[in-house]
Amino acid sequence: MATESIPTVYTPQFPSWRHRLARLTPWLGVVPFFLFALAFLLGPASYLLVGSLRDLQGNFTLDNYRNLNQPLVKGAYILSIQISAITALGGGLFGFLLAYAVTIGGLPRFVRSGLLTFSGVASNFAGVPLAFAFIATLGRIGLLTTWLKLIGLDIYDRGFTLYSFAGLSLTYMYFQFPLMVLIITPALEGLKREWREAAENLGASSWQYWWYVALPVLLPSILGTMILLFANAFGAHATAFALTGGTYNLVTILIGAQMRGDVLRDPGLGYALAMGMVLIMTVSITGYTLLQRRAERWLKR
Amino acid sequence: MKFKWAWVWIILGIVYFFLPLVATINFSLKAERGRYSFRAYQIVLQDPQFISSFTLSIQIALLTIVFSLLLIVPTVYWAHLRLPQVRPILEFIAFLPFVLPAVVLVFGLIRIYSGPPFALFNRAWGTNLIMVGAYMALALPYMYRSVDTGLRAIDVRTLTEAAQSLGASWPVILWRVIFPNLRTALLSGAFLTFAIVIGEYTIAAFLGRFTFGPYLALLVRNRAYEPAALSILSFAITWSIMGLIQWLTYRAPGSTQVAAGPR
Repeated sequence: MATESIPTVYTPQFPSWRHRLARLTPWLGVVPFFLFALAFLLGPASYLLVGSLRDLQGNFTLDNYRNLNQPLVKGAYILSIQISAITALGGGLFGFLLAYAVTIGGLPRFVRSGLLTFSGVASNFAGVPLAFAFIATLGRIGLLTTWLKLIGLDIYDRGFTLYSFAGLSLTYMYFQFPLMVLIITPALEGLKREWREAAENLGASSWQYWWYVALPVLLPSILGTMILLFANAFGAHATAFALTGGTYNLVTILIGAQMRGDVLRDPGLGYALAMGMVLIMTVSITGYTLLQRRAERWLKR
Repeated sequence: MKFKWAWVWIILGIVYFFLPLVATINFSLKAERGRYSFRAYQIVLQDPQFISSFTLSIQIALLTIVFSLLLIVPTVYWAHLRLPQVRPILEFIAFLPFVLPAVVLVFGLIRIYSGPPFALFNRAWGTNLIMVGAYMALALPYMYRSVDTGLRAIDVRTLTEAAQSLGASWPVILWRVIFPNLRTALLSGAFLTFAIVIGEYTIAAFLGRFTFGPYLALLVRNRAYEPAALSILSFAITWSIMGLIQWLTYRAPGSTQVAAGPR
């Protein structure tokens, strides 16, 4: 059996520069976008990264990251992490209960659509107006403060102030729990009735169904969304600044102060401070994405 | 009737949601001693600073929307049509704003563009340019997702080939075939961008532009009733935008993205 090779005539061995160029032309279409990304995302990020790795003379150093370990900076990170964790847990739990109430809790249909609409609005209502709304509610002459005084409870006498950890957490919760509602409601709706029926047919109690079936399905969604809430609070600046006037030592507030007037008296340290924040955001958002991807396996029909 | 815990959570949720609003409305109506009136609204809506800052915010928001659409739609369309291998890179870039909070982004932008060779902040147009670019970056994830979902839902290749065989040029294809087919997606992306930009504080404040956000922050520090009126106004804006988006995407496939990042 003779095998004859069929010559492939039209393929040149060495493509000319014209061919190479022709293959590159489609890339021209995405050049404007990459220029934009370079100017407004990658550029600023790299500038901060490079700045964080240089000393005042411009030599490479890791000292800026070592210097993060000082009371002012460490305090800011600890406070930011605490407030983000508390509002992520609290907002996550409350949001879950609300989403549970309107999906499995058996409430009328209009309650569900109402809740989702409110959540869409509230999760976007943040920043300066939100801060003021809470001043009007829980400030020294706020509505709730005056009401509580009428029934004999002076919260400011008892040491509460809106411009504190508790006050800031309550304010953050306003945009935290609606976000949980928005993301977790579809997950709860993804729980199929067949699973519950199958579990019951096999003799499972309600508790066993939740512990062995529903929770493992929901856990990636719940954890992932709580991590997203964490990042959402961690990156917040306007709300905290408007509420406390920049006196509260959060990472975002400290970065702002550093930008305005080099409060750390060390530009490199300022860049390291910002990069630390980017690192925490990256870890949390990546965690959220991975967990959400895992959660979607069950949501597919 | 059986007692339902579900109602307890919902009532708590309603209280949490509405109490700050009721308090703010109540506050906004008390500018005159002893009686309810719209005095605070009158004062603030006639304030020249309000008019100039609010106009500036609207202008910046519109510019951001137009440039975002002009940049993102052709790019994502092109990637769908000719360069599928570039889509993961685009997705990665559209993901970046999530890990760069506004305060970090503006930090980097100021340090790059204030010094030579750019020195852009010496002129008003330079600052506006940076501001629009920064807002485009903030809105990028939402706009990108809208456009990408919209393009997935239509048959890009067939539409393009049909238009080409009828002799349409690239601009005509984009303007008269692709844009109309993406109307819903683009509108909801545009509204969300508007909602992000209109009350934004951090970037505007650090770039030193007196838009609506910094104006409101100034009022919060110095006045009592006027910021209440403006908070209600900006809540009404958020509410109408979210309403519009819901109405637009009512029957559209895919879920809507309605949470616009940390503020």
